[in-house]
Amino acid sequence: MDYFFQQLINGLVLGSIYGLIAIGYTMVYGIVGMINFAHGDIFMIGGFIALITFLVLVSIGLTFVPVILLVVLLVSMAVTALYGWTVERIAYRPLRQSFRLAPMLSAIGMSFVLSNFSQVAQGARVKPIPPVITGGYTLHESAAGFAVQLSNVQIVVVVTTVVLLAIFTWLVARTRFGRDMRACEQDQTMAALLGVDVDRTISMTFVIGAALAAVAGMMYLLYYGLVDFFMGFVAGIKAFTAAVLGGIGSLPGAMLGGLAIGLIETFWSAYCSVEYKDVAAFSILIIVLIFLPTGLLGRPEVEKV
Amino acid sequence: MTPLKLIGLALGASIALSTAAFAEDITVAVAGPMTGSESAFGRQLKNGAVQFVADANAAGGLLGKKLALFTGDDACDPKQARSIAEKIASDGIPFVAGHFCSSSSIPASEAYADGNVLQITPASTNPLFTERKLWNVLRICGRDDQQGVVAADYILKNFKGKNVAILNDKTTYGKGLADETKKALNKAGFQEKMFESYNKGDKDFNSIVSRLKRDNIDLVYVGGYHQEAGLILRQMRDQGLKTILMAGDAMNDKEFASITGPLAEGTLFTFGPDPRNKPTAKAIVEEFRKNGVDPEGYTLYTYAAMQVWTEAVKKAGTTDPQKVMQVIKAGAWDTVLGKLAFDEKGDIKAIDYVVYKWDAKGNYSELDPGKGT
Repeated sequence: MDYFFQQLINGLVLGSIYGLIAIGYTMVYGIVGMINFAHGDIFMIGGFIALITFLVLVSIGLTFVPVILLVVLLVSMAVTALYGWTVERIAYRPLRQSFRLAPMLSAIGMSFVLSNFSQVAQGARVKPIPPVITGGYTLHESAAGFAVQLSNVQIVVVVTTVVLLAIFTWLVARTRFGRDMRACEQDQTMAALLGVDVDRTISMTFVIGAALAAVAGMMYLLYYGLVDFFMGFVAGIKAFTAAVLGGIGSLPGAMLGGLAIGLIETFWSAYCSVEYKDVAAFSILIIVLIFLPTGLLGRPEVEKV
Repeated sequence: MTPLKLIGLALGASIALSTAAFAEDITVAVAGPMTGSESAFGRQLKNGAVQFVADANAAGGLLGKKLALFTGDDACDPKQARSIAEKIASDGIPFVAGHFCSSSSIPASEAYADGNVLQITPASTNPLFTERKLWNVLRICGRDDQQGVVAADYILKNFKGKNVAILNDKTTYGKGLADETKKALNKAGFQEKMFESYNKGDKDFNSIVSRLKRDNIDLVYVGGYHQEAGLILRQMRDQGLKTILMAGDAMNDKEFASITGPLAEGTLFTFGPDPRNKPTAKAIVEEFRKNGVDPEGYTLYTYAAMQVWTEAVKKAGTTDPQKVMQVIKAGAWDTVLGKLAFDEKGDIKAIDYVVYKWDAKGNYSELDPGKGT
């Protein structure tokens, strides 16, 4: 039983990181109906900016960890959001009225641009940082000597995810900006007629998605202790899968999908074989999509007349 | 333009061309993972090669010509290794020191064999590299069936009756090494408690780590590269495991400690006796350090690979790979690593692996210094 709980913790933390990235995919899909393939690379950029900020802060002699974390969080969210905004402005907005595939191709191109850019600018090597948040708690120790361990990093990752998700849900459900977003999601033309600034709303969606990806990048850096220019690809694919599994376009769905993928991978490696964990995760995705074509929490698309 | 002038111009041009051909350098190649997660080792290979070419040119070059260096990047990817090998062969380069990853060296060696290129690997330890009886391959380092035995010996001596797990990353090198170690352990009647594999490039090992914890593993042997091993170590300590990590020669770079920080303390790995401590290497090690390079890991192996080749070329009087190979196999060669001789397959005679240990300051040293040398 203790073993089960330890694996549950492992799975929840991994799932939280997937979920944070998945929100960015699902939000953009919900509002403009395109899959932003560059999102995984925005996440990678977020990780790099967190790393650079961290190194700068340490080199100017800051040692108080909570302050470092807060500054790193704010800087990486701000700079990555700027990346998100720029990508939307130069690569997607001019193509919005074009045929359906155009923005998607542009997104794939953007993904290459971003990953090659950081390869050239930051080098192809893996960039590690020493453990920043150390220590943890022993929750329970069984008679056999198996201790369920919860590390401080894991607490930080999960708490950050929950807090962000709460803020974000509130933003969409209760604020004026959230109302604009939901209006654009339903009908952009109608929203524009009623005085909603569609361009600005879409821009803001990308900005928020990128800021969340930056948080995910920073959590990834803290949890695994390294970033590389290639990490956006695999993480992006997993998060995209999570978004589809949860029902693309649905925010709680993205989080749920992320957790599901994280838990499936972890429990498959825990009780079956580590080798086939990705096979297991993707097989379950296929099975879910056969029976629930819109994902776990997705709504069937209503044909607008 | 008058015809006379044209002829003059043509003559001039042909003279210019022929002098260019006359003064042409001999190009040699170094190939390895210059980018990607194994780039720390690519850098070791490149540092060794660059230093050697500089030294050789300062000492008057080779056969009256200067040496030039071509650097190939395979990113530890078999496909890219093969295409780099084809490029080196088609450029007519007679010799390559490389590659690092066994999964790159093996496919590349076939392209080198077809393209008439002599290949000395300074670092690929998978036995298959020399077992295929290709005419063009030599290996300066040891083999995993020797390395695995040394690792197994250590485990048998120090972890008798304890729980041992073996992990591997499914690569040619990692799986090969894990299999050899397992074989040596099983032969001595020792049964490992767990044998699992993971994907190279994975970042999350928490699930495996919890399994290690459940099975009360005292030592985990990792057949894989330093990045994944470093992450496994970090995640073990995060989950409160004191399990000792042991691995192979792909841990001999300081980058491992930059991933783990002080957690590296106590981690074990096998590698040849520290080449930096050999009396034959003393002067060259100092020269490296003067340039701000610590010649760790396979740096001096690469240097030695190039030494063997140039000495043999001098003796043979030609760079023709087939002839040079005959000369190399017939002789014994003075290098920074000491005197080297090769057997029929291209493996080095007399190698010995020793066990190293990392300390909390991010350095590694031989556990039992002086034993191997």
